[in-house]
Amino acid sequence: MSVATGRLRRFGFNRRATTERGREERRLGWMLCAPAVIAMLLVTAYPIGYAIVLSLQDLDLRFPDEGGFAGLSNYGAVLTSDLWWQDLFNTGFVTVISVAIELTLGMAIALVMFRAIFGRGVIRTSVLIPYGIVTVVAAFAWQFAFLPDVGFVNKLPLIADDKAWFGDRFSAFAVIIMAEVWKTTPFMALLLLAGLTTIDAGLYEAAKVDGANAVQRFFRITLPLMKPAILVALLFRTLDAFRVFDTIFIMTRGAQDTESVSILGFNQLISRLNLGLGSAVSVIIFFCVLIIAFVFVRGFGVRMAEGRPGGS
Amino acid sequence: MERGTREYAQWSIVMLFVLAFALIPVLWIISVSLKEPATITEGTNFGNTFIPQDITFDNYTTLFEGGIDNSPFIKPLINSILIALISTTIAIVLAAFAAYAIARLNFPGKTLILAGALAIAMFPAISTVGPLFDMWRALGLYDTYPGLIIPYLTFALPLAIYTLVAFFREIPWDLEQAAQVDGATPFQAFRKVIVPLAAPGVFTAAILVFIFAWNDFLFAISLTSSDASRTVPAALAFFTGESQFTEPTGNIAAAAVIVTVPIIVFVLFFQRRIVAGLTAGAVKG
Repeated sequence: MSVATGRLRRFGFNRRATTERGREERRLGWMLCAPAVIAMLLVTAYPIGYAIVLSLQDLDLRFPDEGGFAGLSNYGAVLTSDLWWQDLFNTGFVTVISVAIELTLGMAIALVMFRAIFGRGVIRTSVLIPYGIVTVVAAFAWQFAFLPDVGFVNKLPLIADDKAWFGDRFSAFAVIIMAEVWKTTPFMALLLLAGLTTIDAGLYEAAKVDGANAVQRFFRITLPLMKPAILVALLFRTLDAFRVFDTIFIMTRGAQDTESVSILGFNQLISRLNLGLGSAVSVIIFFCVLIIAFVFVRGFGVRMAEGRPGGS
Repeated sequence: MERGTREYAQWSIVMLFVLAFALIPVLWIISVSLKEPATITEGTNFGNTFIPQDITFDNYTTLFEGGIDNSPFIKPLINSILIALISTTIAIVLAAFAAYAIARLNFPGKTLILAGALAIAMFPAISTVGPLFDMWRALGLYDTYPGLIIPYLTFALPLAIYTLVAFFREIPWDLEQAAQVDGATPFQAFRKVIVPLAAPGVFTAAILVFIFAWNDFLFAISLTSSDASRTVPAALAFFTGESQFTEPTGNIAAAAVIVTVPIIVFVLFFQRRIVAGLTAGAVKG
Protein backbone atom coordinates (compact mmCIF):
# COMPACT_ATOMS: atom_id res chain seq x y z
CA MET A 1 0.00 0.00 0.00
CA SER A 2 2.77 2.39 0.94
CA VAL A 3 4.48 1.52 -2.31
CA ALA A 4 1.39 2.51 -4.22
CA THR A 5 0.89 5.79 -2.41
CA GLY A 6 4.59 6.58 -2.68
CA ARG A 7 4.51 6.02 -6.42
CA LEU A 8 1.40 8.11 -6.84
CA ARG A 9 2.93 10.96 -4.88
CA ARG A 10 6.04 10.87 -6.96
CA PHE A 11 3.97 11.15 -10.09
CA GLY A 12 2.29 14.24 -8.70
CA PHE A 13 -0.96 12.54 -7.90
CA ASN A 14 -0.76 13.52 -4.29
CA ARG A 15 -2.74 16.75 -4.52
CA ARG A 16 -5.51 15.11 -6.43
CA ALA A 17 -5.36 11.82 -4.55
CA THR A 18 -8.70 10.71 -3.30
CA THR A 19 -9.42 11.47 0.33
CA GLU A 20 -9.67 7.72 0.83
CA ARG A 21 -6.03 7.27 -0.13
CA GLY A 22 -4.91 10.25 1.91
CA ARG A 23 -6.76 8.91 4.88
CA GLU A 24 -5.11 5.54 4.45
CA GLU A 25 -1.66 7.08 4.34
CA ARG A 26 -2.44 9.12 7.41
CA ARG A 27 -3.68 6.04 9.25
CA LEU A 28 -0.57 4.07 8.33
CA GLY A 29 1.66 6.95 9.44
CA TRP A 30 -0.02 7.12 12.81
CA MET A 31 0.02 3.36 13.23
CA LEU A 32 3.74 3.18 12.53
CA CYS A 33 4.52 6.01 14.93
CA ALA A 34 2.18 4.91 17.71
CA PRO A 35 4.43 2.36 19.46
CA ALA A 36 7.36 4.78 19.68
CA VAL A 37 5.15 7.67 20.79
CA ILE A 38 3.42 5.56 23.45
CA ALA A 39 6.76 4.28 24.76
CA MET A 40 8.12 7.82 24.98
CA LEU A 41 5.06 9.19 26.74
CA LEU A 42 4.90 6.23 29.13
CA VAL A 43 8.36 6.86 30.53
CA THR A 44 8.42 10.67 30.45
CA ALA A 45 5.06 12.40 30.39
CA TYR A 46 3.32 9.96 32.72
CA PRO A 47 6.13 9.86 35.31
CA ILE A 48 6.52 13.63 35.39
CA GLY A 49 2.79 13.90 36.06
CA TYR A 50 3.13 11.22 38.72
CA ALA A 51 6.13 13.07 40.18
CA ILE A 52 3.96 16.16 40.58
CA VAL A 53 1.36 14.06 42.44
CA LEU A 54 4.05 12.52 44.68
CA SER A 55 5.60 15.91 45.36
CA LEU A 56 2.34 17.15 46.87
CA GLN A 57 2.36 14.38 49.45
CA ASP A 58 4.14 13.75 52.69
CA LEU A 59 5.50 10.42 51.52
CA ASP A 60 8.45 8.87 53.31
CA LEU A 61 8.82 5.14 52.71
CA ARG A 62 10.68 4.73 56.01
CA PHE A 63 7.51 5.86 57.77
CA PRO A 64 4.79 4.42 55.55
CA ASP A 65 2.01 4.97 58.08
CA GLU A 66 2.46 8.70 58.28
CA GLY A 67 1.75 10.97 55.41
CA GLY A 68 -1.07 12.31 53.35
CA PHE A 69 -1.63 15.42 51.30
CA ALA A 70 1.01 18.02 52.05
CA GLY A 71 0.17 20.77 49.59
CA LEU A 72 3.20 22.77 48.50
CA SER A 73 5.11 22.22 51.74
CA ASN A 74 7.70 19.96 50.03
CA TYR A 75 8.43 22.72 47.53
CA GLY A 76 8.71 25.18 50.41
CA ALA A 77 11.11 22.87 52.21
CA VAL A 78 13.31 22.51 49.10
CA LEU A 79 13.31 26.15 48.07
CA THR A 80 14.09 27.44 51.58
CA SER A 81 16.93 24.98 52.20
CA ASP A 82 20.50 26.19 51.80
CA LEU A 83 21.42 22.79 50.40
CA TRP A 84 19.19 23.21 47.32
CA TRP A 85 20.63 26.62 46.45
CA GLN A 86 24.18 25.45 47.05
CA ASP A 87 23.61 22.41 44.82
CA LEU A 88 22.00 24.60 42.17
CA PHE A 89 25.04 26.86 42.27
CA ASN A 90 27.36 23.82 42.02
CA THR A 91 25.42 22.45 39.06
CA GLY A 92 25.37 25.82 37.31
CA PHE A 93 29.06 26.31 38.00
CA VAL A 94 30.07 22.92 36.58
CA THR A 95 27.70 23.42 33.61
CA VAL A 96 28.90 26.89 32.62
CA ILE A 97 32.63 26.19 33.02
CA SER A 98 32.58 22.79 31.34
CA VAL A 99 30.40 23.90 28.43
CA ALA A 100 32.58 26.98 27.87
CA ILE A 101 35.75 24.85 27.79
CA GLU A 102 34.06 22.23 25.60
CA LEU A 103 33.00 24.86 23.07
CA THR A 104 36.48 26.37 22.84
CA LEU A 105 38.29 23.06 22.76
CA GLY A 106 35.65 21.48 20.50
CA MET A 107 36.02 24.34 18.03
CA ALA A 108 39.79 23.97 18.08
CA ILE A 109 39.57 20.23 17.46
CA ALA A 110 36.94 20.75 14.74
CA LEU A 111 39.25 23.25 12.99
CA VAL A 112 42.16 20.82 13.31
CA MET A 113 40.07 18.03 11.78
CA PHE A 114 38.80 20.34 9.05
CA ARG A 115 42.19 21.72 8.09
CA ALA A 116 44.23 18.60 8.69
CA ILE A 117 46.82 18.23 5.97
CA PHE A 118 47.28 14.60 6.94
CA GLY A 119 46.04 12.14 9.52
CA ARG A 120 42.46 13.35 9.64
CA GLY A 121 41.28 9.77 10.17
CA VAL A 122 43.64 9.27 13.10
CA ILE A 123 42.31 12.36 14.87
CA ARG A 124 38.69 11.51 14.18
CA THR A 125 39.25 8.01 15.49
CA SER A 126 40.97 9.18 18.64
CA VAL A 127 38.36 11.79 19.55
CA LEU A 128 35.67 9.12 19.26
CA ILE A 129 37.29 7.10 22.06
CA PRO A 130 36.03 9.35 24.89
CA TYR A 131 32.56 9.24 23.33
CA GLY A 132 32.52 5.45 23.47
CA ILE A 133 33.74 5.13 27.04
CA VAL A 134 31.28 4.62 29.88
CA THR A 135 31.06 7.84 31.94
CA VAL A 136 31.57 5.90 35.17
CA VAL A 137 34.76 4.36 33.79
CA ALA A 138 36.06 7.76 32.70
CA ALA A 139 35.25 9.14 36.16
CA PHE A 140 37.21 6.32 37.84
CA ALA A 141 40.15 6.80 35.46
CA TRP A 142 40.40 10.51 36.26
CA GLN A 143 39.79 9.93 39.95
CA PHE A 144 42.63 7.40 40.14
CA ALA A 145 44.85 9.76 38.17
CA PHE A 146 44.35 12.54 40.73
CA LEU A 147 44.46 10.46 43.93
CA PRO A 148 47.65 11.43 45.80
CA ASP A 149 48.81 7.86 46.48
CA VAL A 150 47.58 6.07 43.34
CA GLY A 151 47.68 8.73 40.69
CA PHE A 152 50.31 10.15 38.36
CA VAL A 153 49.15 13.76 38.38
CA ASN A 154 50.84 14.66 41.66
CA LYS A 155 54.07 13.18 40.34
CA LEU A 156 54.13 15.76 37.55
CA PRO A 157 56.47 18.72 37.94
CA LEU A 158 55.07 21.86 39.60
CA ILE A 159 52.34 19.89 41.43
CA ALA A 160 52.72 19.17 45.13
CA ASP A 161 53.12 15.44 45.82
CA ASP A 162 50.53 15.49 48.58
CA LYS A 163 47.91 17.71 46.92
CA ALA A 164 44.54 16.25 47.99
CA TRP A 165 42.41 17.15 44.98
CA PHE A 166 39.21 15.76 46.43
CA GLY A 167 39.74 17.34 49.83
CA ASP A 168 38.84 20.81 48.70
CA ARG A 169 35.69 22.02 46.97
CA PHE A 170 37.13 23.85 43.99
CA SER A 171 40.02 21.52 43.30
CA ALA A 172 37.45 18.69 43.31
CA PHE A 173 35.37 20.71 40.83
CA ALA A 174 38.45 21.14 38.65
CA VAL A 175 38.83 17.35 38.38
CA ILE A 176 35.09 16.83 37.87
CA ILE A 177 35.01 19.45 35.10
CA MET A 178 38.10 17.95 33.49
CA ALA A 179 36.45 14.51 33.33
CA GLU A 180 33.23 15.99 31.92
CA VAL A 181 35.14 18.00 29.31
CA TRP A 182 37.20 15.00 28.28
CA LYS A 183 34.12 12.83 27.83
CA THR A 184 31.92 15.23 25.89
CA THR A 185 34.21 17.47 23.85
CA PRO A 186 34.40 14.95 20.99
CA PHE A 187 30.66 15.15 20.42
CA MET A 188 30.86 18.94 20.39
CA ALA A 189 33.79 18.80 17.95
CA LEU A 190 31.93 16.49 15.58
CA LEU A 191 28.83 18.70 15.57
CA LEU A 192 30.94 21.80 14.93
CA LEU A 193 32.90 20.01 12.21
CA ALA A 194 29.61 19.17 10.48
CA GLY A 195 28.78 22.89 10.62
CA LEU A 196 32.20 23.88 9.29
CA THR A 197 31.92 21.66 6.24
CA THR A 198 28.76 23.43 5.11
CA ILE A 199 30.52 26.80 4.78
CA ASP A 200 31.21 27.76 1.17
CA ALA A 201 34.98 27.64 0.62
CA GLY A 202 34.64 30.45 -1.92
CA LEU A 203 33.90 32.87 0.89
CA TYR A 204 37.35 32.29 2.36
CA GLU A 205 39.00 32.74 -1.02
CA ALA A 206 37.15 36.00 -1.53
CA ALA A 207 38.12 37.19 1.95
CA LYS A 208 41.75 36.27 1.31
CA VAL A 209 41.74 38.26 -1.92
CA ASP A 210 40.32 41.17 0.03
CA GLY A 211 43.23 40.87 2.45
CA ALA A 212 41.54 39.37 5.50
CA ASN A 213 43.89 37.44 7.75
CA ALA A 214 43.12 34.08 9.37
CA VAL A 215 41.80 35.61 12.60
CA GLN A 216 39.51 37.99 10.69
CA ARG A 217 38.28 35.15 8.50
CA PHE A 218 37.46 33.09 11.59
CA PHE A 219 35.55 35.88 13.36
CA ARG A 220 33.91 37.42 10.29
CA ILE A 221 33.02 34.30 8.30
CA THR A 222 33.27 31.09 10.29
CA LEU A 223 31.66 32.20 13.54
CA PRO A 224 28.66 34.10 12.10
CA LEU A 225 27.85 31.35 9.62
CA MET A 226 28.17 28.69 12.28
CA LYS A 227 26.08 30.54 14.84
CA PRO A 228 22.97 28.36 14.44
CA ALA A 229 24.99 25.14 14.69
CA ILE A 230 26.93 26.48 17.68
CA LEU A 231 23.78 27.55 19.54
CA VAL A 232 22.07 24.21 19.07
CA ALA A 233 25.19 22.35 20.20
CA LEU A 234 25.41 24.71 23.21
CA LEU A 235 21.79 24.15 24.18
CA PHE A 236 22.11 20.39 24.06
CA ARG A 237 25.39 20.32 25.93
CA THR A 238 24.11 22.78 28.55
CA LEU A 239 21.07 20.67 29.30
CA ASP A 240 23.19 17.54 29.29
CA ALA A 241 25.76 19.09 31.63
CA PHE A 242 22.99 20.34 33.93
CA ARG A 243 22.05 16.70 34.54
CA VAL A 244 25.59 15.92 35.76
CA PHE A 245 25.41 12.90 38.04
CA ASP A 246 27.73 10.00 37.19
CA THR A 247 31.05 11.82 37.44
CA ILE A 248 30.27 13.55 40.75
CA PHE A 249 28.75 10.40 42.25
CA ILE A 250 31.89 8.38 41.50
CA MET A 251 34.43 11.04 42.43
CA THR A 252 33.05 12.60 45.61
CA ARG A 253 29.46 11.42 46.12
CA GLY A 254 28.79 15.08 46.80
CA ALA A 255 31.36 15.42 49.61
CA GLN A 256 33.19 18.76 50.11
CA ASP A 257 30.01 20.55 49.00
CA THR A 258 30.31 19.31 45.43
CA GLU A 259 26.78 17.89 45.27
CA SER A 260 24.76 18.53 42.08
CA VAL A 261 20.96 18.86 41.95
CA SER A 262 20.65 15.40 40.36
CA ILE A 263 22.59 13.90 43.27
CA LEU A 264 20.37 15.76 45.73
CA GLY A 265 17.30 14.29 44.02
CA PHE A 266 18.85 10.81 44.05
CA ASN A 267 19.76 11.07 47.75
CA GLN A 268 16.25 12.09 48.73
CA LEU A 269 14.48 9.56 46.49
CA ILE A 270 16.63 6.46 46.59
CA SER A 271 18.93 6.76 49.60
CA ARG A 272 16.44 8.32 52.04
CA LEU A 273 13.29 6.97 50.35
CA ASN A 274 11.58 10.32 50.87
CA LEU A 275 9.48 10.22 47.73
CA GLY A 276 7.55 13.40 48.53
CA LEU A 277 10.55 15.65 49.06
CA GLY A 278 12.60 13.92 46.36
CA SER A 279 9.80 14.32 43.82
CA ALA A 280 9.61 18.03 44.62
CA VAL A 281 13.35 18.25 43.81
CA SER A 282 12.74 16.30 40.57
CA VAL A 283 9.93 18.60 39.49
CA ILE A 284 11.97 21.73 40.24
CA ILE A 285 14.88 20.29 38.19
CA PHE A 286 12.44 19.65 35.36
CA PHE A 287 11.36 23.30 35.46
CA CYS A 288 14.98 24.46 35.55
CA VAL A 289 15.55 22.52 32.31
CA LEU A 290 12.44 24.10 30.78
CA ILE A 291 13.70 27.57 31.74
CA ILE A 292 17.15 26.92 30.24
CA ALA A 293 15.58 25.68 26.99
CA PHE A 294 13.21 28.66 26.94
CA VAL A 295 16.07 31.13 27.44
CA PHE A 296 18.02 29.56 24.58
CA VAL A 297 15.05 29.48 22.21
CA ARG A 298 13.68 32.93 23.03
CA GLY A 299 16.82 34.74 24.15
CA PHE A 300 19.31 33.46 21.61
CA GLY A 301 16.85 32.50 18.90
CA VAL A 302 17.95 28.88 18.69
CA ARG A 303 16.16 27.21 15.83
CA MET A 304 15.27 23.88 17.37
CA ALA A 305 14.53 22.38 13.98
CA GLU A 306 18.27 22.37 13.35
CA GLY A 307 18.99 20.33 16.40
CA ARG A 308 19.09 16.65 16.96
CA PRO A 309 19.56 14.47 20.01
CA GLY A 310 23.08 13.65 21.03
CA GLY A 311 24.27 10.42 22.44
CA SER A 312 25.91 11.17 25.71
CA MET B 1 59.71 23.20 0.39
CA GLU B 2 61.08 24.18 3.78
CA ARG B 3 57.74 25.71 4.66
CA GLY B 4 56.01 22.44 3.85
CA THR B 5 58.26 20.54 6.24
CA ARG B 6 57.63 23.05 8.98
CA GLU B 7 53.90 22.86 8.42
CA TYR B 8 54.06 19.07 8.70
CA ALA B 9 56.02 19.38 11.92
CA GLN B 10 53.44 21.78 13.35
CA TRP B 11 50.58 19.50 12.40
CA SER B 12 52.35 16.55 13.93
CA ILE B 13 52.58 18.40 17.24
CA VAL B 14 48.91 19.40 17.13
CA MET B 15 47.95 15.82 16.35
CA LEU B 16 50.09 14.49 19.17
CA PHE B 17 48.26 16.80 21.56
CA VAL B 18 44.85 15.62 20.38
CA LEU B 19 45.95 11.98 20.55
CA ALA B 20 47.35 12.41 24.06
CA PHE B 21 44.17 14.17 25.17
CA ALA B 22 42.04 11.28 23.98
CA LEU B 23 44.27 8.38 24.97
CA ILE B 24 45.94 9.21 28.30
CA PRO B 25 43.00 8.23 30.57
CA VAL B 26 42.55 4.97 28.65
CA LEU B 27 46.24 4.04 28.83
CA TRP B 28 46.23 5.04 32.50
CA ILE B 29 43.31 2.81 33.48
CA ILE B 30 44.92 -0.10 31.59
CA SER B 31 48.13 0.59 33.48
CA VAL B 32 46.36 0.57 36.87
CA SER B 33 44.61 -2.68 35.98
CA LEU B 34 47.94 -4.40 35.28
CA LYS B 35 49.61 -3.39 38.54
CA GLU B 36 50.20 -5.73 41.44
CA PRO B 37 47.46 -4.71 43.93
CA ALA B 38 50.05 -4.14 46.65
CA THR B 39 52.16 -1.84 44.49
CA ILE B 40 49.36 0.40 43.23
CA THR B 41 50.27 3.17 45.65
CA GLU B 42 54.04 2.76 45.41
CA GLY B 43 54.86 4.93 42.43
CA THR B 44 57.57 7.48 43.20
CA ASN B 45 57.76 9.42 39.94
CA PHE B 46 55.67 9.94 36.83
CA GLY B 47 57.35 7.14 34.89
CA ASN B 48 56.98 4.34 37.39
CA THR B 49 53.48 5.48 38.30
CA PHE B 50 52.17 5.64 34.76
CA ILE B 51 53.93 2.49 33.58
CA PRO B 52 53.36 -0.66 35.67
CA GLN B 53 56.64 -2.08 36.92
CA ASP B 54 55.58 -5.72 37.38
CA ILE B 55 52.76 -6.66 35.09
CA THR B 56 50.18 -9.01 36.56
CA PHE B 57 46.72 -10.16 35.55
CA ASP B 58 45.66 -10.78 39.17
CA ASN B 59 43.15 -7.94 39.05
CA TYR B 60 41.43 -9.66 36.14
CA THR B 61 41.47 -13.20 37.47
CA THR B 62 40.09 -12.19 40.90
CA LEU B 63 37.14 -10.56 39.12
CA PHE B 64 36.05 -13.93 37.82
CA GLU B 65 36.79 -15.95 40.95
CA GLY B 66 33.83 -17.74 42.46
CA GLY B 67 32.02 -18.32 39.20
CA ILE B 68 28.72 -16.77 38.33
CA ASP B 69 27.33 -17.01 41.87
CA ASN B 70 30.11 -15.37 43.84
CA SER B 71 32.01 -13.25 41.35
CA PRO B 72 31.15 -9.58 41.76
CA PHE B 73 31.53 -9.04 38.04
CA ILE B 74 30.27 -11.95 35.90
CA LYS B 75 26.55 -11.46 36.55
CA PRO B 76 26.64 -7.67 36.07
CA LEU B 77 28.57 -8.19 32.82
CA ILE B 78 25.91 -10.60 31.55
CA ASN B 79 23.19 -8.17 32.68
CA SER B 80 24.86 -5.27 30.90
CA ILE B 81 25.22 -7.18 27.65
CA LEU B 82 21.69 -8.60 27.62
CA ILE B 83 19.94 -5.41 28.77
CA ALA B 84 21.82 -3.26 26.26
CA LEU B 85 21.17 -5.72 23.42
CA ILE B 86 17.45 -6.12 24.18
CA SER B 87 16.93 -2.35 24.61
CA THR B 88 18.76 -1.70 21.35
CA THR B 89 16.72 -4.26 19.42
CA ILE B 90 13.35 -2.99 20.64
CA ALA B 91 14.31 0.69 20.28
CA ILE B 92 15.54 0.16 16.73
CA VAL B 93 12.40 -1.72 15.66
CA LEU B 94 10.07 0.93 17.11
CA ALA B 95 12.23 3.77 15.78
CA ALA B 96 12.45 2.20 12.31
CA PHE B 97 8.63 2.08 12.05
CA ALA B 98 8.32 5.70 13.14
CA ALA B 99 11.25 6.90 11.03
CA TYR B 100 9.91 5.18 7.92
CA ALA B 101 6.55 6.89 8.40
CA ILE B 102 8.16 10.27 9.05
CA ALA B 103 10.56 10.02 6.12
CA ARG B 104 8.12 8.66 3.55
CA LEU B 105 4.50 9.26 4.45
CA ASN B 106 2.45 12.38 4.61
CA PHE B 107 0.41 12.69 7.75
CA PRO B 108 -0.41 15.40 10.24
CA GLY B 109 1.44 15.32 13.55
CA LYS B 110 4.79 14.42 11.98
CA THR B 111 6.55 17.58 13.13
CA LEU B 112 4.94 17.24 16.53
CA ILE B 113 6.43 13.77 16.93
CA LEU B 114 9.89 15.00 15.95
CA ALA B 115 9.59 17.98 18.32
CA GLY B 116 8.38 15.71 21.11
CA ALA B 117 11.31 13.35 20.54
CA LEU B 118 13.68 16.31 20.71
CA ALA B 119 12.07 17.42 23.98
CA ILE B 120 12.53 13.94 25.45
CA ALA B 121 16.19 14.02 24.47
CA MET B 122 16.52 17.06 26.74
CA PHE B 123 14.43 15.57 29.53
CA PRO B 124 16.25 15.29 32.88
CA ALA B 125 16.34 11.57 33.69
CA ILE B 126 16.41 12.27 37.44
CA SER B 127 12.87 13.65 37.17
CA THR B 128 11.56 10.21 36.22
CA VAL B 129 13.63 8.20 38.68
CA GLY B 130 11.32 8.69 41.69
CA PRO B 131 8.05 7.87 39.91
CA LEU B 132 9.60 4.90 38.08
CA PHE B 133 11.04 3.62 41.38
CA ASP B 134 7.57 3.79 42.97
CA MET B 135 5.75 2.38 39.93
CA TRP B 136 8.24 -0.44 39.36
CA ARG B 137 7.92 -1.59 42.98
CA ALA B 138 4.13 -1.66 42.64
CA LEU B 139 4.31 -3.49 39.30
CA GLY B 140 7.04 -5.93 40.34
CA LEU B 141 9.48 -4.47 37.81
CA TYR B 142 11.95 -3.17 40.40
CA ASP B 143 15.32 -4.93 40.08
CA THR B 144 14.33 -6.77 36.88
CA TYR B 145 15.55 -6.59 33.28
CA PRO B 146 12.34 -4.95 31.94
CA GLY B 147 12.66 -2.35 34.71
CA LEU B 148 15.84 -1.08 33.04
CA ILE B 149 15.03 -1.96 29.44
CA ILE B 150 11.89 0.23 29.40
CA PRO B 151 13.59 3.50 30.42
CA TYR B 152 16.63 2.76 28.22
CA LEU B 153 14.65 2.16 25.08
CA THR B 154 12.51 5.22 25.74
CA PHE B 155 15.40 7.60 26.28
CA ALA B 156 17.20 6.07 23.28
CA LEU B 157 14.20 6.45 20.95
CA PRO B 158 14.77 10.14 20.09
CA LEU B 159 18.38 9.43 19.14
CA ALA B 160 17.34 6.41 17.09
CA ILE B 161 14.43 8.17 15.37
CA TYR B 162 16.49 11.21 14.37
CA THR B 163 19.36 9.10 13.10
CA LEU B 164 17.07 6.81 11.10
CA VAL B 165 14.96 9.63 9.65
CA ALA B 166 18.15 11.32 8.42
CA PHE B 167 19.31 8.08 6.78
CA PHE B 168 15.90 7.09 5.38
CA ARG B 169 15.50 10.47 3.69
CA GLU B 170 18.68 9.72 1.72
CA ILE B 171 17.46 6.38 0.38
CA PRO B 172 16.47 6.51 -3.31
CA TRP B 173 13.12 4.81 -2.79
CA ASP B 174 12.44 4.92 -6.54
CA LEU B 175 14.79 1.98 -6.92
CA GLU B 176 12.11 -0.16 -5.30
CA GLN B 177 9.72 0.59 -8.13
CA ALA B 178 12.49 0.18 -10.68
CA ALA B 179 13.16 -3.33 -9.38
CA GLN B 180 9.47 -4.14 -9.62
CA VAL B 181 9.32 -2.88 -13.18
CA ASP B 182 12.23 -5.23 -13.88
CA GLY B 183 10.10 -8.11 -12.63
CA ALA B 184 10.90 -8.37 -8.92
CA THR B 185 8.05 -9.12 -6.54
CA PRO B 186 7.31 -6.44 -3.93
CA PHE B 187 8.99 -8.59 -1.29
CA GLN B 188 12.05 -9.19 -3.47
CA ALA B 189 12.25 -5.48 -4.21
CA PHE B 190 12.15 -4.75 -0.49
CA ARG B 191 14.64 -7.44 0.49
CA LYS B 192 17.15 -7.04 -2.32
CA VAL B 193 16.98 -3.28 -2.82
CA ILE B 194 15.65 -1.44 0.21
CA VAL B 195 17.10 -3.60 2.99
CA PRO B 196 20.70 -3.31 1.74
CA LEU B 197 20.24 0.45 1.34
CA ALA B 198 18.71 0.90 4.79
CA ALA B 199 20.99 -1.52 6.65
CA PRO B 200 23.93 0.88 7.20
CA GLY B 201 21.64 3.50 8.75
CA VAL B 202 19.90 0.94 10.96
CA PHE B 203 23.24 -0.47 12.01
CA THR B 204 24.58 2.99 12.84
CA ALA B 205 21.54 3.84 14.92
CA ALA B 206 21.92 0.50 16.70
CA ILE B 207 25.54 1.29 17.63
CA LEU B 208 24.55 4.67 19.07
CA VAL B 209 21.66 3.21 21.07
CA PHE B 210 23.85 0.38 22.36
CA ILE B 211 26.50 2.84 23.57
CA PHE B 212 23.76 4.87 25.25
CA ALA B 213 22.30 1.86 27.12
CA TRP B 214 25.77 0.52 27.97
CA ASN B 215 26.70 3.88 29.49
CA ASP B 216 23.73 4.48 31.80
CA PHE B 217 24.40 4.77 35.51
CA LEU B 218 21.54 6.72 37.10
CA PHE B 219 18.75 4.26 36.28
CA ALA B 220 21.06 1.32 36.94
CA ILE B 221 21.73 2.32 40.56
CA SER B 222 18.19 3.61 41.20
CA LEU B 223 16.07 0.80 39.81
CA THR B 224 18.13 -2.22 40.86
CA SER B 225 19.13 -3.59 44.24
CA SER B 226 21.06 -6.77 43.51
CA ASP B 227 23.04 -8.67 40.92
CA ALA B 228 19.72 -9.89 39.52
CA SER B 229 19.72 -6.93 37.15
CA ARG B 230 22.54 -4.60 38.21
CA THR B 231 24.69 -3.58 35.24
CA VAL B 232 28.46 -3.08 35.23
CA PRO B 233 28.55 0.72 35.78
CA ALA B 234 26.36 0.31 38.88
CA ALA B 235 28.28 -2.76 40.08
CA LEU B 236 31.57 -0.83 39.79
CA ALA B 237 30.28 1.75 42.25
CA PHE B 238 29.56 -1.02 44.77
CA PHE B 239 32.80 -3.00 44.42
CA THR B 240 34.45 -3.75 47.72
CA GLY B 241 38.06 -4.63 48.49
CA GLU B 242 39.33 -7.98 49.74
CA SER B 243 39.07 -6.66 53.28
CA GLN B 244 37.58 -3.47 54.58
CA PHE B 245 41.04 -1.89 54.63
CA THR B 246 41.93 -2.50 51.00
CA GLU B 247 40.63 -0.38 48.20
CA PRO B 248 39.29 -2.28 45.16
CA THR B 249 41.22 0.07 42.85
CA GLY B 250 42.86 -2.68 40.79
CA ASN B 251 39.64 -4.65 40.37
CA ILE B 252 37.70 -1.55 39.35
CA ALA B 253 40.38 -0.74 36.78
CA ALA B 254 40.33 -4.27 35.40
CA ALA B 255 36.53 -4.33 35.15
CA ALA B 256 36.64 -0.88 33.55
CA VAL B 257 39.08 -2.14 30.92
CA ILE B 258 36.90 -5.16 30.17
CA VAL B 259 33.81 -3.03 29.51
CA THR B 260 35.80 -0.39 27.64
CA VAL B 261 38.04 -2.28 25.25
CA PRO B 262 35.25 -3.97 23.23
CA ILE B 263 33.50 -0.62 22.80
CA ILE B 264 36.73 1.08 21.71
CA VAL B 265 37.44 -1.68 19.18
CA PHE B 266 33.88 -1.31 17.94
CA VAL B 267 34.11 2.48 17.74
CA LEU B 268 37.42 2.32 15.88
CA PHE B 269 36.09 -0.25 13.47
CA PHE B 270 32.89 1.63 12.67
CA GLN B 271 34.12 5.20 13.19
CA ARG B 272 32.93 6.45 9.81
CA ARG B 273 29.42 5.18 10.47
CA ILE B 274 29.34 6.61 13.98
CA VAL B 275 30.44 10.04 12.84
CA ALA B 276 27.87 9.95 10.06
CA GLY B 277 25.20 8.88 12.53
CA LEU B 278 26.07 11.44 15.17
CA THR B 279 26.01 14.31 12.73
CA ALA B 280 23.33 13.09 10.30
CA GLY B 281 20.71 15.78 9.97
CA ALA B 282 22.52 17.85 12.60
CA VAL B 283 23.07 20.72 10.20
CA LYS B 284 20.89 21.30 7.22
CA GLY B 285 23.37 21.62 4.39
